[in-house]
Amino acid sequence: MLAFMVLQLPLAKAENWSGADEKAEEAIKQLSPDYEPWFSPVWEPPSGEIESLLFSVQAGIGAFVVGYVIGRHGAGKDARNA
Amino acid sequence: MHIMEGFLPPVWAVFWYAVSLVFVVYGALKSKRLIEENPKNKALLAVAGGFIFVLSSLKIPSPVTGSCSHPTGTGISTMLFGPAVTAFLSAIVLLYQALLLAHGGLTTLGANTASMGIVGPFAGWLVYRALKDRVSLKVNAFITAVVADWFTYVVTSLQLALAFPGTSMINSALTFMGIFALTQIPVAIVEGIFSALLIGYIAQIDRDVVKEGVVA
Repeated sequence: MLAFMVLQLPLAKAENWSGADEKAEEAIKQLSPDYEPWFSPVWEPPSGEIESLLFSVQAGIGAFVVGYVIGRHGAGKDARNA
Repeated sequence: MHIMEGFLPPVWAVFWYAVSLVFVVYGALKSKRLIEENPKNKALLAVAGGFIFVLSSLKIPSPVTGSCSHPTGTGISTMLFGPAVTAFLSAIVLLYQALLLAHGGLTTLGANTASMGIVGPFAGWLVYRALKDRVSLKVNAFITAVVADWFTYVVTSLQLALAFPGTSMINSALTFMGIFALTQIPVAIVEGIFSALLIGYIAQIDRDVVKEGVVA
């Protein structure tokens, strides 16, 4: 699956792989050229690197919890069966 | 699918907040009750929430439109606990992303919770219930997750079309669906595979959960 995701990357130019969110932003600008966002994020990651870091932290938290619970319960089951 | 901060007119921001709040509060109370009823549910809630954290952090490239989008991870939670608890868990993840990543936003939190936490999972839940005794658990997890994920993006498209109808709401809806719903097709399938694998692990550990389902 990972291979599938990576292999398709050369098929398009690098700048094409933007987020769908950004495309939606462009669409909104076309549909309502006068619309101005009325609120800005309270805090934005100061750089793309830090944004990646925080995304990784999010994934890490989730993966740790899933792995921990499944690992612990699996181990508990093995101990009971032993 | 995050509607970005400030990109929903105030009327719609308030409207979606009102809709979501009902479900999120009910889901939070239900989560609390589930944990009190059976401590085992705490572990399952953690797994379901963790799964949403992981999957919604992955921006996956989609060959259909050449842009990136992320899965929602709500299928597992929907199968185990139903849409209300999923709304609660999704709201937590969306809050993290709004505050720390500037993805989505506080003004659009209600709308994003409605699509990712409520309507998408509800669609998935209906399919899950319909298929429950007809297909294997893994197949059901795959389909439930794909439906919950994909509907989330359909709802986002409709939310944006309601707020930005342009000259015709139908054209506007099609424009947004061309972006979100189309990008999402392969992403939803990837999510379905992940979900089927995870439910397989959960089933190995705890057969009862899977047979009975916590919500059942």
